[in-house]
Amino acid sequence: MTRQPVHFYQVGSFAVGNRLLSSDDRTVQSQRERTNSIDSGHRACQGCGEALGARYALDAAMRATNGHVVAVNATGCLEVFSTPYPETSWRIPWLHSLFGNAPAVATGVAAALRVKGKSDVRVVAQAGDGGTVDIGFGALSGMFERNDDVLFICYDNEGYMNTGVQRSAATPPAARTATTDAVGPEPGNVFGTGKDLPRIAMAHDIPYVATATVADLHDLERKVERAMEIRGARYLHVLVPCPLGWGSASNDTIHIARLAKESGLFPVFEAENGTVTSVSTIRRRVPVEQYLSLQRRYGHLFGKSPRPDIVARIQAIADNNIARYGLVDDATESMEVNT
Amino acid sequence: MLRQIEGSRAIAETVALCRPEVVCAYPISPQTHIIEAVGAMVKSGKLAGCEFINVESEFAAMSVAIGASATGARAYTATASQGLLFMLEAVFNASGLGLPIVMTLANRAIGAPINIWNDHSDAMAARDAGWIQLFAETNQEAADLHVQAFRLAEELSVPVMVCMDGFILTHAVEGVDILDQESVDSFLPPYEPRQVLDIDEPVSIGAMVGPEAFEEVRYLAHLRQLDALERIPGIAQDFKELTGRDSGGLIRTYRIDGAEIIVVALGSVLGTIKDAVDNRRELGERIGVVGITTFRPFPSEAVREALADARQVVVLEKSFSTGFGGVLSTDVAMSMRDMDFDLRTVIAGLGGRAITRRSLEEMLKQANDDALEPLTFLDLDQGAVERERARMRSVRRSGPSAENLLRDRASSAAAPTRRDV
Repeated sequence: MTRQPVHFYQVGSFAVGNRLLSSDDRTVQSQRERTNSIDSGHRACQGCGEALGARYALDAAMRATNGHVVAVNATGCLEVFSTPYPETSWRIPWLHSLFGNAPAVATGVAAALRVKGKSDVRVVAQAGDGGTVDIGFGALSGMFERNDDVLFICYDNEGYMNTGVQRSAATPPAARTATTDAVGPEPGNVFGTGKDLPRIAMAHDIPYVATATVADLHDLERKVERAMEIRGARYLHVLVPCPLGWGSASNDTIHIARLAKESGLFPVFEAENGTVTSVSTIRRRVPVEQYLSLQRRYGHLFGKSPRPDIVARIQAIADNNIARYGLVDDATESMEVNT
Repeated sequence: MLRQIEGSRAIAETVALCRPEVVCAYPISPQTHIIEAVGAMVKSGKLAGCEFINVESEFAAMSVAIGASATGARAYTATASQGLLFMLEAVFNASGLGLPIVMTLANRAIGAPINIWNDHSDAMAARDAGWIQLFAETNQEAADLHVQAFRLAEELSVPVMVCMDGFILTHAVEGVDILDQESVDSFLPPYEPRQVLDIDEPVSIGAMVGPEAFEEVRYLAHLRQLDALERIPGIAQDFKELTGRDSGGLIRTYRIDGAEIIVVALGSVLGTIKDAVDNRRELGERIGVVGITTFRPFPSEAVREALADARQVVVLEKSFSTGFGGVLSTDVAMSMRDMDFDLRTVIAGLGGRAITRRSLEEMLKQANDDALEPLTFLDLDQGAVERERARMRSVRRSGPSAENLLRDRASSAAAPTRRDV
C-alpha cells in the first residue's frame, strides 16, 4: 500500500487533525475502545512525557495484538507513579522486578509464553533512559543479541528524574542536572560523552529499531504497530520531555518534543535489520536555541551571561544529525520557504 | 537405576525429570557440567517442552527465571560463588515476589583472592535472601533434594536453593540412583502458580509497597518459611515412601545417643566427620554428629532437641563472618540460648583446603580434653600469618597480602613442615 503524505498546514499548526481523517486512519488514542493500558489516577507530574509515551505505545500495542500484551517494567518513574498500592494504573498484566533487569525478565516471560504455547501473547518491556542505556544496558544487549521476541521501549527523558534529576548516559551536553552543575568553564554535562542507544541497537542487527517522540502520535503508533508485526528483538526509543527535570512548562511537553525533532537534535527514523529504512524529515527547521531556551536546564546558556559558543556546539550536533540521517531534503527546504 | 555417574550429571538428569520449562544459565565453575548437560538434553530433544537460554550474566539468569516463573513456567538455574553475588539483587527479588524458582548452588569460595574451590561463603552471603537453603551431604542426596525442592518451592511459593559442595560433589563420580519419570511425576505435580501474568486476568506484580504494608509482606514471607519447617519432614517422608531413601528433612543425626560432644556441620564434610567420630568412639570418646540439611529456615527446635544432652557442641563451618566468627554457630547458639553447654566454632576448608580425617581427629581429641579454643581455624599456618603481619609492620608498602602469602608458602615448601617432622 502506498502511503499518501498528509499535511495539515490548513489548520495552521502541526495538530494531528484526526477529524480530517477517515475513521480507519485516526489514532488509537482517539478511539473510544482504546485500552487505557495505563489508566488515569496515577501520580505522574503534570505534563509528564513518559506517562503519555507509555500510554500511547501500550495502547497501540494492545490494538495491534488484539489485547495480547504483557508488560515488563524497570524500576523508575513509570513504575513508581503507576503502582503505589492499592491504586495500580495498569489494566494489562504487568511485572516489575528490578532497575537493571527488565530486558532479561522480558526474555523469561517470552520464553515461558512460548513453552506454554501462548506465542500469540506478546511481551513489551519498558524502562527509562537510566534503565536502558546505563544499568540495564548489559541485559538489553543480551536480549538484542539473542533476538528474543521482546519489544523494548525506552522512554528517554535524558536523566534520572525519579531520584532527583541526576545525569545519565542519555543526558545531552550542557544540560544541567543535580550531578552536572551549571558551573565552571564547561557548565552542565560535558561534551563528547553519552550513548546513542538506537545506533547501538542497530549494530546488533535486530529486526527493528525506531525512534519517536510524544509529539507525533501517528508516527509513534505506526511504529509500535510495525514493531508488533515483527518477531524477534525490537527497540523503540521515545523522547519524553520531563517538565520537572528539564525545567519546562507542563503545557510545553508536546511543543518541546516537536522542537527536539524539528531542530535535528533528536533524529526520528526507523531501521530494519541494521539499516535505516525511513526518516521523518524536518518539516520546519528551527535553530536549536528555540528548543533549548524553553528549558531551565539550559538556562545558563542564555540570560545575563549567555554562552553562544556552547549553543553553537549544540547546533553542530543537530547539523551533524541532519547530515547523518538526511533529515532535511530539498522538498522540505522548499516547503519551509512556502510556509 | 543405580549408576556410576558424575554428581553434576546426576543433578542435570534429575532436574530434567522434574520437567523444567525454562532453564537459563551463565557458566561458572564448578556449576558448568550441570548446565551443559541440561542444555544438551534440551538441544537434543530429550528434554522436551523446555526452553534453554544462554544468558549474558548471572544477573540475567535469575532475571529470566523471574520472568518465566511469573508467567507460570517451572524455572531452574544454577550458579556458584561470584555468580551468586552477581545475581544477588535478583535473588532477593525472586523471594520477595514469591516465585518458586529452584537453583543449584555449587558451593565455592568468594574472592578476592580469586579461588574456584569449595567452601560455603557463597551460600552464607545469600543466607538472608529469603530463599529456602538445603545442603546435600552426598550426590544421591543432592539429586533427591532437587525433586523435593521443586515440590516444596511450588507448594509454598518460595524459591529453593539446593547447595552442594563444588568439585567435592559436583565433580565426584559415584553411585547415584536416578529416578524414573513415572516416579518423579507421581511425586511432583504440574506447577500451579499462585500469581501469573495472564491477559484474561490482568494483575500487577511487583508494585511499590510503602511503610503501610511492607512489614506485613516480610512477615508473611517469614511465616511461609516457618510453614516450610512443617512441610519439609512430610515431603521427605513422602519421598522415602516412593524411593526407600532417607533424603532431605531438617537435620540428620549420627551416634548422638549418650554423646557428650556433638559436632554440627553442613554438606559433604559430614562424611569425613562421621569417619573421624567412628575412630574416636573406638577410643571411648562419646562424640556424635548432627548434619543440618535445612539451613534456611533454620530448624531451631530439631537442633535444640538433638543437642539437648550434649556437654559441648562443636560447630564446624566452611565459612565465617569476618571479625566475628561462625555463622552456623550463631544459629546454633540462638537455638539453645537458655541451655547450659559449651559452644566451640571450628572454621575449616576455606577455599577448598582439604579437611582431613587426621586433622578432624586431632581437633576432636582437643574437644574431648576440653582444650579446644572457642574459635579455631583448622590447619591454619600461623607462622605464615605472623610473617606477613611482621612485613606489614616493617614496611608501609608491603604489597598485596595474598601474593606475599603465596610467595611465603612457596619458599617454606622447600623446608620441612611441622607435620613432616
